[in-house]
Amino acid sequence: MNATDSTLAIEASSLQKTFGDTQAVSGVDLAVRRGSVYGMLGPNGAGKTTTIRMLATLLRPDGGEARVLGHDIVAEADEVRAAVSLTGQLASVDEDLTGRENLILIGRLLGLKRGDAKARATELLDAFGLAEASGRLVKNYSGGMRRRLDIAASIVVTPELMFLDEPTTGLDPRSRNQVWDIIRQFAAQGTTILLCTQYLDEADRLADGIAVIDHGKVIAEGTPAQLKVSVGGSTLHIRLLDAEQREEAAGVLARVLGSECHMESDPSSLSTSCADPDRAAAAVGELTRAGIGVANFSLGQPSLDEVFLALTGRPAEDQTAEEAIQEEQAA
Amino acid sequence: MSTEPPTQVQTAPGVEEEALRQALASTARPPRASAASAALTFGWRGMLKVRHVPEQLLDVTITPVMFVLMFTYLFGGAIAGSTGDYLDYILPGILVMSVLFTTVYSGVSLNTDVTRGVVDRFRSLPIWRPAPLVGALLGDSVRYLVAGTVIIVLGMILGYRPSNGIPGVAAALGMVVLFAFALSWVFTVLGLLMRAPNAVMNAGFMGIFPLTFLSNVFVDPDTLPSALEAFVNVNPISILADVSRGLMDGTASAGDIAIVLGTAAALTLVFAPLTTHLYRTRS
Repeated sequence: MNATDSTLAIEASSLQKTFGDTQAVSGVDLAVRRGSVYGMLGPNGAGKTTTIRMLATLLRPDGGEARVLGHDIVAEADEVRAAVSLTGQLASVDEDLTGRENLILIGRLLGLKRGDAKARATELLDAFGLAEASGRLVKNYSGGMRRRLDIAASIVVTPELMFLDEPTTGLDPRSRNQVWDIIRQFAAQGTTILLCTQYLDEADRLADGIAVIDHGKVIAEGTPAQLKVSVGGSTLHIRLLDAEQREEAAGVLARVLGSECHMESDPSSLSTSCADPDRAAAAVGELTRAGIGVANFSLGQPSLDEVFLALTGRPAEDQTAEEAIQEEQAA
Repeated sequence: MSTEPPTQVQTAPGVEEEALRQALASTARPPRASAASAALTFGWRGMLKVRHVPEQLLDVTITPVMFVLMFTYLFGGAIAGSTGDYLDYILPGILVMSVLFTTVYSGVSLNTDVTRGVVDRFRSLPIWRPAPLVGALLGDSVRYLVAGTVIIVLGMILGYRPSNGIPGVAAALGMVVLFAFALSWVFTVLGLLMRAPNAVMNAGFMGIFPLTFLSNVFVDPDTLPSALEAFVNVNPISILADVSRGLMDGTASAGDIAIVLGTAAALTLVFAPLTTHLYRTRS
């Protein structure tokens, strides 16, 4: 990996990290284009956080190498730090200070003059809906507010690349939407983002490319669509008004979607696999046209479990809790 | 009826889209903060914490105040013949004790800090690496000053009148705080090695407590068995207490001052780089 590809924001080859007896990361390769949102998807303890901490220069790799924005993460750690920002799994804000003080602190540390740091803090507090809470101690913030403050602290000076480690874990749906909006705005501005997540739908909504990580290795890579194809798409569940029409409905679905129907134990329900929401909608339309009353339908996304089952032949939960704890303790 | 929610959700309330866009608009990166400015910013952070939770200064002040009152009035007559004479002997020593006890808290607060996520952010900033540590200790030095000042003011109220007046007192306080800054590095190492704040507190006091009592802070070493006397005489805390007394009443020896400064420099040279190393390699 001598030649540096200037279109890449992150290029890592066989990154490794061992904590005691546990090999947390055992050879991760990554190539993340500049300006893209790249998702690292995997269960707890898969090595995502360890990988991000190495790339953000918080941990020294035991093996392999990586360049972030063209700088070697070991030899040119300071150059890397000057261009990236990290939002860690634990909110990286100071609980004993107010929201405003947190932002001024980071601004000053990044070299802003006192007045500029204050002005920037005000601007960010307004933009992130934290103006009212700006004078309160962060320990009294809700999880969502803390997260937003955390992200605000990451952009006091615009970074070229952001590391976001499970930015919505533990948030309620409303706060999750807020964080997603913010991430989309970053992406629209052209900031490169490396996003770690346990949620397939999060990676699906935000990321241009996804690497699935398991046991410290990348086990699959591709766009969300490619990944879902590899899983076999989603499942369309339908419940009919009249159980008598189930056979007929199965015939219509088979014709429209070209896939086999599964008769469920509920006599008025059936399901079939379907990757494309548009075609699912069309299929439901066909049922109505054929005079078959639909009581209820849903298109289920493949879950992380299904992705794992498809890729590894075992559910994500197989990652033992023990391993997750070990990595956490080591970190 | 449930379908997949639309991918383009409305901007959630609380986040102002236009303001957000502006806030995100690329800002010019300012020149890197100087080492001094970064350290002072961390010192400011320490001050803010005291301002938000002023009660933490009580820890620092109550114990030494109790010691002054207890030792002066309970043991003063027995040890020195009169409480007034004993106060003259013990006050510069208690100044040393109260400030050095406070240094243990530097390790405790660093230990509390590193268990939280905020250290990850500090470590990922392009700043002078020891800045968070040096800054925290600068902030703590203000606490040392408070602890020392409380003792001196209390002494004055009880009738202590040092012959070198205010300049002598200020010089003694300065010397003690300087030594405390150096000694704090020992406790920050402890703070980074141990698992819990309480463990740091216990280990810290297990070291500093006997070391303070086996010095000349409370009693004249002439009265001790010879082996103990020998130890007490070379204990740096004894020498610091002597310097503190000497600066206050005008009898300080240049040799003792040099020993104190040398010990402070040695502690800093060994334990400051060790702290920095542990802090940056902590995974």
